[in-house]
Amino acid sequence: MSPLRTEEFTINMGPHHPSTHGVCRLILTMDGEKVLKVEPVIGYLHRSIEKICENRTYVQCVPLFDRFEYVTSMSCNMVFSLAVEKLAQIEVPERAEYLRVIMLELNRIASHLLFYGVTAMDIGALTPFLYGLRERELIVDLFEMTCGQRLTYNYIRPGGVSRDIPPEFIPKCREAVKIITEKMSDYEGLLNENPIWKVRNVGIGYLSAEDAIAWGVSGPVARASGVSYDIRKNDPYSIYDRFDFEIPVHHNGDCYDRYLQRLAEIKQSLRIVTQALDGLPEGEIQPKKKINAITFKPPAGEVYARVENSRGELGTYVVSDGTNKPLRVKMRGGSYNQLQALPIMIKDCLIADLVAIFASLDVIMPEVDR
Amino acid sequence: MELYGIFEWIYGLLADTGLPEPWLTFVVYLGLGVVIFGTLSVLALFLVWWERKIAGHIQQRFGPMRTGWHGWYQTIMDAVKLLQKEDIRVTTRDKAVFFWAPVVCFVAAYLAYVVIPFGENLWVADLNVGILYIIAVTTLTVISLLMAGWGSNNKYALLGGMRSAAQVVSYEVPMAVSILTIIVFSGSLSMVDIANSQQGNVIFNWFIFKPPFGIIAFLTYITAATAEANRTPFDIPEAEQELVAGYNVEYSGMKFAMFFLAEFVNLFTVSAIATTLFLGAWHGPLLPSWIWFLLKTFGMVLLLMLFRWTFPRLRVDQLMEFAWKFLVPLTFANLILAGWMKYAGWHW
Repeated sequence: MSPLRTEEFTINMGPHHPSTHGVCRLILTMDGEKVLKVEPVIGYLHRSIEKICENRTYVQCVPLFDRFEYVTSMSCNMVFSLAVEKLAQIEVPERAEYLRVIMLELNRIASHLLFYGVTAMDIGALTPFLYGLRERELIVDLFEMTCGQRLTYNYIRPGGVSRDIPPEFIPKCREAVKIITEKMSDYEGLLNENPIWKVRNVGIGYLSAEDAIAWGVSGPVARASGVSYDIRKNDPYSIYDRFDFEIPVHHNGDCYDRYLQRLAEIKQSLRIVTQALDGLPEGEIQPKKKINAITFKPPAGEVYARVENSRGELGTYVVSDGTNKPLRVKMRGGSYNQLQALPIMIKDCLIADLVAIFASLDVIMPEVDR
Repeated sequence: MELYGIFEWIYGLLADTGLPEPWLTFVVYLGLGVVIFGTLSVLALFLVWWERKIAGHIQQRFGPMRTGWHGWYQTIMDAVKLLQKEDIRVTTRDKAVFFWAPVVCFVAAYLAYVVIPFGENLWVADLNVGILYIIAVTTLTVISLLMAGWGSNNKYALLGGMRSAAQVVSYEVPMAVSILTIIVFSGSLSMVDIANSQQGNVIFNWFIFKPPFGIIAFLTYITAATAEANRTPFDIPEAEQELVAGYNVEYSGMKFAMFFLAEFVNLFTVSAIATTLFLGAWHGPLLPSWIWFLLKTFGMVLLLMLFRWTFPRLRVDQLMEFAWKFLVPLTFANLILAGWMKYAGWHW
């Protein structure tokens, strides 16, 4: 009797699929449940932000950066502001620097909490999703209190921040930090040692340190593979060199370590927020010579600025020709590199593992597509 | 307040009308069928609402709140909405298979209730192979899932159908062997005999309290039953995050509702079987027997619902490994030891 004839089949996962986190399309070549090949197809969320920036003044570009990576849009505001400040040699007031750090770290916590929720949901645990969003809500409320927006903040502007925090912000923020610190043990208790969670995550989606570097992977994904690289420490921007915090590193490079990595980073961010709240000075939040949104003209030149956001290195390359509009703006997001590393991480994986790996990369599609 | 009295009274009324014998039996059983079908359908709708409320409260939200007191008729309105929906049929489907899959699923879900005793004297038929019959008919569900997966002509649906076939066939084995352990205790396959052999002595005659075999059989049964009812952590046939919706991805309107309701009827079935086999069936003090039965069954349903909203999902190969490498040896060892103890003359 001849063996049963089997054949590979191609399945189209996305662009509308519950676990592609937006509109990513993955063309899978499958042998039954087993994934042999994965080919990400991107571009479904392309909005041409880089090109639109060329037709806007510098300050008008900031809201576009909000849409670049909307889960941590504070970082996106920050990276563009940094670039403009480098170009025009603007001195940022002390208070504004502290406010920026508070917002950036709160935003990182919010993003990692969202990761915690959606990753758990992708692996089938529906309840952690709501728990993650519940604490994220505290942070989003703080942002709303400060700048009136809950998702696209447009808060960090070239020169400083758009407005000062209201007086009730600091007690509310301390309370949120306290609550999240307490709830961290709940999150860990729910999943960390859960045997089903471990069997689904440990050893799945291995990415070696060499591969991580070779594919340009950065951020928590690289650090979970043992690459100790964080721009906040390695190339400090703003006032990060004043705070006492550590860069957690994990070494196994699997989904489980990427999950632990992000929980560990939440704890460090909470430390930074507490220190920044303690050290927050009084003073101006905009430079002495105000930046006019229309007539502001940085000198001609080109500059690259980068920040560490929750998905790795977020950078922008701005070319100025001395007019009030940038000549060219290039954006660099961590998700793009992580998504292109996906095909090398799927060795011997089933479709369920693919979902787990995709979730553990924490890819945000607008950041990939711009 | 025994319901049996009401049925006897109605039967008496029917007998007084002077119907000839074959017709009388026919009318009585038809009536019983309608009563059970109606009760269970309402119950399934209630369970959907209950599950949503439980999920809500576990997740620190309310669940349905707008339709009536705490949204009590939310699922009824959902069913009405599904009835009005367009029945979308993909053009590439296998016509007959696609049509009959939800019907088979729906019917198979209700078949088990022929032999389940709801209380003192409250059963349709007391088959002498009752539990064997239940094992047989509940397996029919898997055929319908496979039919749905194949008939939809959709790759996600086919993956879901194949998964469900692999899963349900694997978990049938530990489930049946766990049940066999109880049959060793009771010495009968009839559901009513099994229920009656747990009578008296407060709760210590329940088969779950026959250490250690009863409790092991109960735990293995619950695990296998969770898989049988396609619920988290074993809900891989419809794993939403992997297969979108699994076998029922192409179904809409009332056909989808039939799959959906059948799932909740199955949930109630496995809980009712657990109650009858392990938790002393309808026996209990003070309250009428059928209320005891419902209380215990709802307790089991609650347990399964808590599983769903707490655990992540296993992967398909891990699921198989768990069944064949852990549950099957455990249940067989349990059965053999229980049988040997019984043979050695240790009576419970």
